[in-house]
Amino acid sequence: MQIREMEEAAEVLRISTVKAENCMQCGKCSAACPAGARMDILPHRFVWELMNGRVSLLAKSGTLWQCLSCFACSARCPRGVDPARLIEAVRLTVIRRQGANSINVDELPQVIDENMPQQAIVSALRKYNK
Amino acid sequence: MRKHIAATVDVARVAESVRSIPDVAFATDYRYMCSEGGQTLLRQAVKEHGLSRIVVCACSPRMHEATFRKAAKAAGLNPYLVEIANIREHCSWVHKDKEVGTAKAIALAKAAIAKVRLNTPLTAGESPVVKRALVIGGGIAGLQTALDIAEAGYKVDIIEKSPSIGGKMAQLDKTFPTLDCSACILTPKMVDAAAHENITIHTYSELEKVSGYVGQFEAVIRKKARSVAVDRCSGCGLCMEKCPSKKAASEFDEGLRTRSAIYIPFAQAIPNVPVIDREQCLKFQADKCGLCAKICPAGAIEYGQEDELITNKYGAIVLATGFTTIDPVRFGEFGYLHHKDVITSLEFERLTNAAGPTQGKLVKLSDGKKPKSIVFVSCVGSRDTTERGKSYCSKICCMYTAKHALLVKEKYPDIAVKVFYIDVRTPGKGFDEFQRRAVEEYGVEYIKGMVGKVTEEGGGLAVHASDVAAGTKIVAEADLVVLATAVTPSSDARKLASMLSASIDTDDFYTEAHPKLRPVESPTAGIFLSGVCQGPKDIPETVAQAGAAAVKAIGLLSKDKLLTNPCVAHVNETTCSGCLACEKVCPYGAITADYKQVNSKGLKERRLIAHVNEALCQGCGACSVACPSGAMDLRGFSNKQIMAEVDALC
Repeated sequence: MQIREMEEAAEVLRISTVKAENCMQCGKCSAACPAGARMDILPHRFVWELMNGRVSLLAKSGTLWQCLSCFACSARCPRGVDPARLIEAVRLTVIRRQGANSINVDELPQVIDENMPQQAIVSALRKYNK
Repeated sequence: MRKHIAATVDVARVAESVRSIPDVAFATDYRYMCSEGGQTLLRQAVKEHGLSRIVVCACSPRMHEATFRKAAKAAGLNPYLVEIANIREHCSWVHKDKEVGTAKAIALAKAAIAKVRLNTPLTAGESPVVKRALVIGGGIAGLQTALDIAEAGYKVDIIEKSPSIGGKMAQLDKTFPTLDCSACILTPKMVDAAAHENITIHTYSELEKVSGYVGQFEAVIRKKARSVAVDRCSGCGLCMEKCPSKKAASEFDEGLRTRSAIYIPFAQAIPNVPVIDREQCLKFQADKCGLCAKICPAGAIEYGQEDELITNKYGAIVLATGFTTIDPVRFGEFGYLHHKDVITSLEFERLTNAAGPTQGKLVKLSDGKKPKSIVFVSCVGSRDTTERGKSYCSKICCMYTAKHALLVKEKYPDIAVKVFYIDVRTPGKGFDEFQRRAVEEYGVEYIKGMVGKVTEEGGGLAVHASDVAAGTKIVAEADLVVLATAVTPSSDARKLASMLSASIDTDDFYTEAHPKLRPVESPTAGIFLSGVCQGPKDIPETVAQAGAAAVKAIGLLSKDKLLTNPCVAHVNETTCSGCLACEKVCPYGAITADYKQVNSKGLKERRLIAHVNEALCQGCGACSVACPSGAMDLRGFSNKQIMAEVDALC
């Protein structure tokens, strides 16, 4: 089981094209994250857990859905690691497993609230339209 | 992988397979050719077999060519009749398969044999050494190097681009880990250098041009117009007092204080003679004022002064150009431009310095009040592989940050001090103990984590950071945020490097000739490296390296003559067409042209012929490649020799 999980983590890392081994756990990503206060696993730890193969832990984490895809973490990372991309890679893995729950673009106008920030709509499409 | 030769090359088989090549009288293998035993073997072989040429299949000629040439000389052979086949770096290090490695080693040996057949005896020439050194940079590195060279009895010139010697060390408050006053230990050295009979200091001066070569450099120094006569000025300071233009940011005080247009950068400056900043001076900008000239009791003000060019010859040049720090504006998240109370560590040094703009009183720059809390941020731009920062560790920040934190706590125990860090790196005598003292005795709070942003909140600053150990985000209140900005080489480093053909790395630090064995020499002969211009280092390391660079320079200056490399270019005058393609490609300016009488196929004619200055030629071979008629040839690497090598290979 553990070996399979390690393999899965390696696969997620490969798909993401992120060089997680460049991470030196400085925590700049978490410090920059505007949604970090509500995350159970902060971006720096997300990178760490993924590198150590704990995909099932990450798959269950609230972080996947709290991440705004604002890329502040990736912009600030001094090592070019791109944590947002890693979060997205795990998120997509989960979504693919759940099956048919993607956003239908035609249905969007009815569900959009006028006060909803544009960024949220764009990131929702990123999250649910694959 | 750096394996030994026999791991990937069957050396016995190499010896065996070259034995049958025509002209090979003797071939053998030996485990340690460079050892005394190996050299004895070589000498005996020459004697026993009457050898007239030698090929050594071993490591790079950079390592042991000189060793084997000496051994050949001892055996009575001309040293230039030795060829090295590099079967280590070019062969065993790059191959994994022993079969392939052995085949390549045999091919390299064959090529060397083909070349050595055509080797001719060469004799090294001699060139004299000018017994004077030039030190570029008047900070602690340059001063120490100059003092050591001067003490050995040689003349030294220091050039310093700012109006005073002293460099960055003069700006610092205390030094770690002993907390000595920086100025108190530096100024005696400044005075020693200024008073030394063998040292000439050119401040407010820059290197304009350098030509020549080791032992014979010729430098043109631009002494910028000071607008004040150094020999007449008594340093009374009246001009600075009366100068009405007082709005320029003081470079010495990192912009925390303003200075007059005519100024001496700091109290202990050497020379204690002001300089007029023409950009700020009303006389130069609007042709008004002229007050300083009117009141100067010594009549030393000279508005008409012009830059002066001084040309001098030097045997050795030492680079001691020091450092600057990365611009914190690159890292917008810290808000350096927006919040007055976000400062750099160097600004903090001035702020806590008793000679600084606040007489050492620690205040917020926004309102002049004492801060209640301070946050230090380490690694601002260091260990950053993105285009914003520098990939290296700046080495000194962990220690000076610990020093700052400790000094704050010592003076003001009620101020809360936090340090955000990635790793605390404190290798050095008494260094870790010092940093731990800050934590254990003084209660400085070290938090592993970086800062994501600094915002303004409730009149103070809020530092949004992460606490990596706890796995949480924290917001720390701070009245003052101090950024430990990365050390970067002086902005002139690249320009000087190309002027001196001294090599430089991608970060603009000067590279050493060998990272382990020749750490204070540039690969360019006669150029030495002192201080942070070679890589980040603290004061004791800088002083140690400055001394080492001085010793290397002294070693050179103590020689009356240097042996020159005989492997230089020469022209076949009968085939030279005078196109001067060679002159265009020569990086050393060693090729000139003259009209000469030549005998060409029985026709006597006067025409343009290239001429090589053998003292300037470095034997790079660019000219022999560029020459369309093959008239230009390199001794020791002639076109025929190279072609013989190629023919042997394929």
